[in-house]
Amino acid sequence: MNFQHTEDRRMIADTLNRFISEQYGFATRDRIARSAHGFSSELWNRFGELGIIGALFDEASGGFGGGGFDIAVVFESLGRGLVVEPFLDTLIVGQAIARSGNDAQRALLGGLIDGSRIVALAHGEPDSHYELARVTTRAERNGDGDGSAWRLNGAKAVVQHGEQAALFLVSARPEGADDSEAGVTLFLVPRDAPGVSVRGYPKIDGGRAAEVSFENVILGDDALLGAAGEGFATLEYAIACGVLALCSEAVGAMDVAKDYTLDYLRTRKQFGVAIGSFQALQHRMADMLLEIEQARSAVINAAAALGAERKVRERAVSAAKYSIGRIGALVAQECIQLHGGIGMTWELPLAHYAKRLVMIDHQLGDEDHHLERFVELGRE
Amino acid sequence: MDLNFTPEEEAFRAEVLAFLRDKLPRRLADKVHGGRRLTREDMAEWHAILNERGWLANHWPKEYGGPGWNAVQKFIFENECALAGAPRVVPFGVNMLGPVLIKYGSDAQKRHWLPRILDGSDWWCQGYSEPGAGSDLASVKTTAVRGVDADGEHYIVNGQKTWTTLGHYANMIFCLVRTATDVRKQEGISFLLIDMKTPGVEVRPIITLDGEHEVNEVFFTDVRVPAANLVGEENKGWTYAKYLLTYERTNIAGVGFSVAAFNRLRKIAAKQRRNGRPLADDPSFAARMARVEIDLENMKTTNLRVIAAVAGGGVPGAESSMLKIRGTEIRQEISSLTRRAMGPYAQPFIEEALHDGYQGAPVGPDEAASAASQYFNNRKLSIFGGSNEIQKNIISKMILGL
Repeated sequence: MNFQHTEDRRMIADTLNRFISEQYGFATRDRIARSAHGFSSELWNRFGELGIIGALFDEASGGFGGGGFDIAVVFESLGRGLVVEPFLDTLIVGQAIARSGNDAQRALLGGLIDGSRIVALAHGEPDSHYELARVTTRAERNGDGDGSAWRLNGAKAVVQHGEQAALFLVSARPEGADDSEAGVTLFLVPRDAPGVSVRGYPKIDGGRAAEVSFENVILGDDALLGAAGEGFATLEYAIACGVLALCSEAVGAMDVAKDYTLDYLRTRKQFGVAIGSFQALQHRMADMLLEIEQARSAVINAAAALGAERKVRERAVSAAKYSIGRIGALVAQECIQLHGGIGMTWELPLAHYAKRLVMIDHQLGDEDHHLERFVELGRE
Repeated sequence: MDLNFTPEEEAFRAEVLAFLRDKLPRRLADKVHGGRRLTREDMAEWHAILNERGWLANHWPKEYGGPGWNAVQKFIFENECALAGAPRVVPFGVNMLGPVLIKYGSDAQKRHWLPRILDGSDWWCQGYSEPGAGSDLASVKTTAVRGVDADGEHYIVNGQKTWTTLGHYANMIFCLVRTATDVRKQEGISFLLIDMKTPGVEVRPIITLDGEHEVNEVFFTDVRVPAANLVGEENKGWTYAKYLLTYERTNIAGVGFSVAAFNRLRKIAAKQRRNGRPLADDPSFAARMARVEIDLENMKTTNLRVIAAVAGGGVPGAESSMLKIRGTEIRQEISSLTRRAMGPYAQPFIEEALHDGYQGAPVGPDEAASAASQYFNNRKLSIFGGSNEIQKNIISKMILGL
């Protein structure tokens, strides 16, 4: 039993924390998060140069990490800085390619790791509401030629940084019921393929996403990631990595939100004393601290289980996302409340941590979704 | 980062499991698992079995008869004992007084009292709380006035203690008493050992809402206590009492108790039915169970983090307050779900069914007999040992610095 990170991981965290505190201050972040581009290409390249993206992948994929705790360490730091660059989708798409890609596809990983190729997961659909196997996007066999084997039709919802992605990881199905795990098929689809359209928009917690639709997009067999109809396991694993990343990011954001709030309780005076001297507020703060430590433990459990067999891994991951959903909203709401009116303002960094914490619950499955999933996995 | 126990720790666990398999009487485990009430003899029996193996006083250093375990070993031991259904070790002598005597007692006191704790010659109870001093422990009013007579130096004790757990089984009580009134309230307290057979000591039962006689009131009227029974220095008792409250609280979360209770709940939920299917498949009940299961998994890891910090030389300060709060909340939630699982059969209360020798047929499911009474009994968890609100005060002061 050992709860210390390895030397290498501590170094990554130190490097990243230093970079964020020097280069990614709140004013910079606010400007980037509101920009038309949705993130900073320049800073994204710098993250790549620093080797941060490489920490998310194993050596066989061209990285130097890729384990649960590598992902946790990186995203916790990103959460502390509310970083909006496309780490999450790079992780998810990259892990899927690393797991199921052929040689030509795996050759793409270098571009992900150095930051030169922007990718996005195009999986969730307007009516899927987090359900992992609900895929209505159709992939039909299209004649015989190698270069035009598939015809893709469908719509994908809230694709992160969809406008800037050069390549989408798309889930579709040639067969099977709309919610069946069997039949889910993964494709790597270039942004510039004819029939791909992207409608971008800003997000409430900063950065941008897009609705992406596919209309008679013609793809070759070379676009298939893994075998046709057998994409679910890869998708599930890649999303497990993504869920772990979001949970870790949340813990980083919670720590900062808590520190801001604690500082405020110590300095803000009402009735002639610091408001932190009021027991009603002390107890709420103590509750929050306790919950954050539970969230941290949940992330440790999920990170430790990432390499375990499927059921153990997925239960721990869903337990963590449930915990983070519940605790993230609690921390966000309590921090705003304890700040009072000033907590409602855009100018206060705390407000942006609160928004991010709540919106994390809307990515890759919320508290209710993961609680149900935890129950289902327990039955299997 | 590694959540697994080392091979040595796993070997230790195997040793504990083998011991429990060989030595824990089935009869006792059945009573504990069934939520039936333990007698004084039951508790003494388990106490003696542990002592024979040298594992009773697992917090004590080796030189005083402890096994010399580290925090991880203690966690494993207590966890496995709880899972196996071993009776809880009555903590007052072994876990509370023992460490205080070892740290602050005189050599004569250690030589006399410590072996008697181990071999069961003395059954200790705790004289801390008073009718007017619950969470505000430092405002104790029971007085001890020092004097000399033909038989030597002594104290005359007058006052009342309350919530004295298992005081009706005890022959000795350690008490916080007031020896000075003209100072800050924390500074006039002394730590006194009192023989309960001394004239002037009277024990009266308090029956709790579940019908159980577990706690008592203890009255002191001109009770003569030899001065040799003062622990440490006069008026320094608050320091010793506080030491007790921070000493070795790494197991305060009661993870093992919760896991055992949750396993029991899982079995019950598989058997009980609602809407034509097992309760475990009822979406709202299953969600309640899943929430507490996840909370428990999270807390287990939080507990291990604290233990790892202690094993690395740290002190479990206010972190144990977090474990106390969440640990008791989880235990209470599990007993609440167990009660709910019984449906209408939570209502019958056949008290005799909780005692040895009951021959009657059960009413409703087997587990129903104790479900509601245990739920009510467990409301104490968030009140005793420093109420959960007091724990939050401690967190605010010690961790948050508010």
